[in-house]
Amino acid sequence: MEWWQGIYKAIKEANVRQVAYVPDAGHAKLIHACINDNEITTISLTTEEEGVAVLSGAWLGGDRGVLLMQSSGVGNCVNMFSLAKTCQFPLAVFVTMRGQWNEFNPWQLPMGSTTKPTLETAGFSVNTAESPNDVADFASATLHHAFVGGEMSALLLHQKLTPVKTFSK
Amino acid sequence: MTSNAQNFPLRRRTIVPELLKDRGDMLVVAGLGSTAWDITAAGDHDLSFPLWGAMGGAVSIGIGLAISQPKHRVLVITGDGEMLMGMGSLATAARLDLVNLSICVLDNEHYAETGMQTTHTSLSTNLAAIASGCGFENAVTVSSENELADVLPRLKKGPGMQFVSIKVRIEKLDFSLPPKDGVYLKTRFRKAILGDSAIASS
Repeated sequence: MEWWQGIYKAIKEANVRQVAYVPDAGHAKLIHACINDNEITTISLTTEEEGVAVLSGAWLGGDRGVLLMQSSGVGNCVNMFSLAKTCQFPLAVFVTMRGQWNEFNPWQLPMGSTTKPTLETAGFSVNTAESPNDVADFASATLHHAFVGGEMSALLLHQKLTPVKTFSK
Repeated sequence: MTSNAQNFPLRRRTIVPELLKDRGDMLVVAGLGSTAWDITAAGDHDLSFPLWGAMGGAVSIGIGLAISQPKHRVLVITGDGEMLMGMGSLATAARLDLVNLSICVLDNEHYAETGMQTTHTSLSTNLAAIASGCGFENAVTVSSENELADVLPRLKKGPGMQFVSIKVRIEKLDFSLPPKDGVYLKTRFRKAILGDSAIASS
């Protein structure tokens, strides 16, 4: 099983109906699987903060949802996180890390180094999966914390897990 | 530079009660500020979700709600300032072609809560044109009673996805404040639509 399949399996077991995302290479296979799943509505966002609000609306109507993004997107969400915090909306986010490990683009470094403290400051509990074998269990725990605990819960996917991006062939 | 909004004929506190009259099982999200006060002045309701923050998020909340409750009409009522902050959400909604989603912008061309500064809609920005450009087939701006009579039923019943920007007079109105406890607003809404299962432990 590839690591992303651990997340897919967990969101299926948790009965997740809405998957909101800003595309990211690290999440590409998971996004593709969700698009091809008739039980899941995928919501392609123009910016990650929309996803926080979309999932709040989903919960109001009785749907469970998750938000997929890369670390740069966390910075885009900060004020909208207060919607989840103030109303105690469950919020499960899966973040592929940039600027953390063999990053070729220095412009990714500022958010790469501040993603975890930003999420914690906003009220999330945060776990990081570094090994492919850990992702499924962490994903399941992240969803449980959100939907059973009613909390804001984030899983960071270490950059070691995702393909090294370069502009060479 | 000021706009002509103090002379606009349409007035928000007569429009919103019309929109919400006989609302049935319609689900309502209101953007922060004036529109949240407007829906409260028209009568607070368990199936209303007035925002006190999350500026730019009203349409996005409507998107998630419309997907989760396809048999209900979802009406997002918001202001021009709030809509300008979340314009990307119009593209997100249009791409999904959510046939049960209506968006009503009460456009007074000003940030009424913060000192009456003009918004972009007072000069160059046409929100209905933006919605249309995002893919809304039904996206119009109305500024007269006759035009309003045509769009109100479409906002309430469709067909399909609707976007209406209503040019409304800038005016000083009483605050009519909804509950501001977000957990309460969330729970009463879920209980009203989902029943006791919304609050049962799982």
